[in-house]
Amino acid sequence: MPMKTESDVWLETEISSLFSRYAACIDGDRLEEWPEFFVEQCCYKIQSRENYDRKLPISAMECDSKNMLVDRIVSLREANIFAEHMYRHIISIPLILSKSDNEITTQTNYLVISTLQSGISHIFSAGRYQDRLVRIDGQLKFVERIVIFDTNSIRTQIVTPI
Amino acid sequence: MIGAKSGFNNNSINWPDESEGGYRVPYGVFTDENVYREEQKNIFRGPLWSFVALEAEIPNRGDFKSTFIGDVPVVVVRSNEGEVNVLINRCAHRGAAVCRKLRGNTSYLECVYHSWAYDLDGNLTGVPFRRGVRGKGGMPSDFSMAEHGLKKINVQIINGLIFGTFRSDTPDLETYLGARMVSAIKRIFNREIKVLGDERQRIHGNWKLYAENVRDPYHASLLHLFHTTFGLYRSTQVGSCVMDEMGRHSLLVASQGTSSKDDDEEAYSNQRSFNSKFELQDPSLLKGKREFDDDISLVILSIFPNLVIQQISNTLAVRQIVTYSPNEFELVWTMFGYEDDDDEMRRIRIKQNNLIGPGGLISMEDGEAVELVNRAITHGGGDSSFIAMGGGKAESADHLITEGAIIGFWQYYRQLMPT
Repeated sequence: MPMKTESDVWLETEISSLFSRYAACIDGDRLEEWPEFFVEQCCYKIQSRENYDRKLPISAMECDSKNMLVDRIVSLREANIFAEHMYRHIISIPLILSKSDNEITTQTNYLVISTLQSGISHIFSAGRYQDRLVRIDGQLKFVERIVIFDTNSIRTQIVTPI
Repeated sequence: MIGAKSGFNNNSINWPDESEGGYRVPYGVFTDENVYREEQKNIFRGPLWSFVALEAEIPNRGDFKSTFIGDVPVVVVRSNEGEVNVLINRCAHRGAAVCRKLRGNTSYLECVYHSWAYDLDGNLTGVPFRRGVRGKGGMPSDFSMAEHGLKKINVQIINGLIFGTFRSDTPDLETYLGARMVSAIKRIFNREIKVLGDERQRIHGNWKLYAENVRDPYHASLLHLFHTTFGLYRSTQVGSCVMDEMGRHSLLVASQGTSSKDDDEEAYSNQRSFNSKFELQDPSLLKGKREFDDDISLVILSIFPNLVIQQISNTLAVRQIVTYSPNEFELVWTMFGYEDDDDEMRRIRIKQNNLIGPGGLISMEDGEAVELVNRAITHGGGDSSFIAMGGGKAESADHLITEGAIIGFWQYYRQLMPT
């Protein structure tokens, strides 16, 4: 395995920090800020491993623009009915799969623990992120974030992004 | 319609009299362990058809899918002759699950415990050490392989939908479904379909609360507020709710473009959260395409006991109910399009899938609604619900402000359950 350069280490830290901020945004219920992690023409998907492995297209959520992400959040706030809950994301150190001048691809494990109003916590979803990142005005943003979940039978419903 | 049996008692569940212009369902029927056991015997293993798979899920010889009828594990497999078999997934020897994968392709089934092997028709083809080793051990000399196969249940198929029944006295499938439901099935399953994926949803509630939910057009525009906000479906639209002759199946239909925004402002003026000013930032979500020779934009076809077939705009799906306990079931959604869909149609279906399933903008609430009821009735005592919207009778309606199909469900349910 080639030696890591100082810039590799710096990049890993930067990506880890981005993912931590992403998780903190959702866990802190600052969902209105969540679309800002993405570029305008983005892809965000939450897909079961069952479908992903079979190369079948159906996802639990699939947005192909930043505006669709906004709509998801407005719908969550204004229209959808769901049990009040808090998310806690636990994410692994991102694995950088490839990098070029204009794009970085990574894979990262996640665990989302959900806590209901009753005070009971449970593992809501375990899985991995597969991401494509670009740098825009110095900031890393998601062109694509695919959430591939192992927790195939979704508990009750899914409304909050992962 | 066969009259309901008033005040009869099953497993200490007291059904109230229907003398007050409505129908009451005792909450115990949702929570009682004995009722659950009786349902497994009299409904899921009773004289009726349960949905198990789509033919499109097992297109090739040797393709199989593991699933359940009620809580009995079954394997749906396409035999070497191309026939569909439904086998109970339980080794004839000591009961181990023979098929341990969700899906796959195989030329035989083998139990890992003692390597008993079966062909795809369920016939026992191999028993290791059947004749013992060096004259010692082995099965009794009168052991007959032919009598120890996997149990095979009866199968009938309509337009690619596979149903199974444990009983030999079940009427044939089309008779069971009734002419209305058959034509609604044929409308959707009018040509080769293509599976686009599955979604699974674990709901902590009784399966019958979901059976009520899908026979209840009254809740649609009140619980699912995304509808009302974007005008996808409204109670002021033209719609209907019809049943088969027995009242067990239900067909909810709504047609597009038949109500104006102004009518709705009035109809919903007393409802919470009605806000037609809310607009999508990316309306491409709602982009659809007319694909049937009618204006029907919504079909919720509920087939007793475990199947819902849906068309919501351009989304097509079957939903299968799998029971786990009195207060837990899984809803398995299988989304599909047609083999001849072009790229545009396929993209429309995939994007509109955001509307349905466990994360569906217009369907995610059903899981929560079931759990809301389940939590509140767990210690229901002798209490019961009150169902009267639309008149309180198991009657079909040419509108959607009705709960008639829920009553139809219960009347048939009570015929199946012991008195």
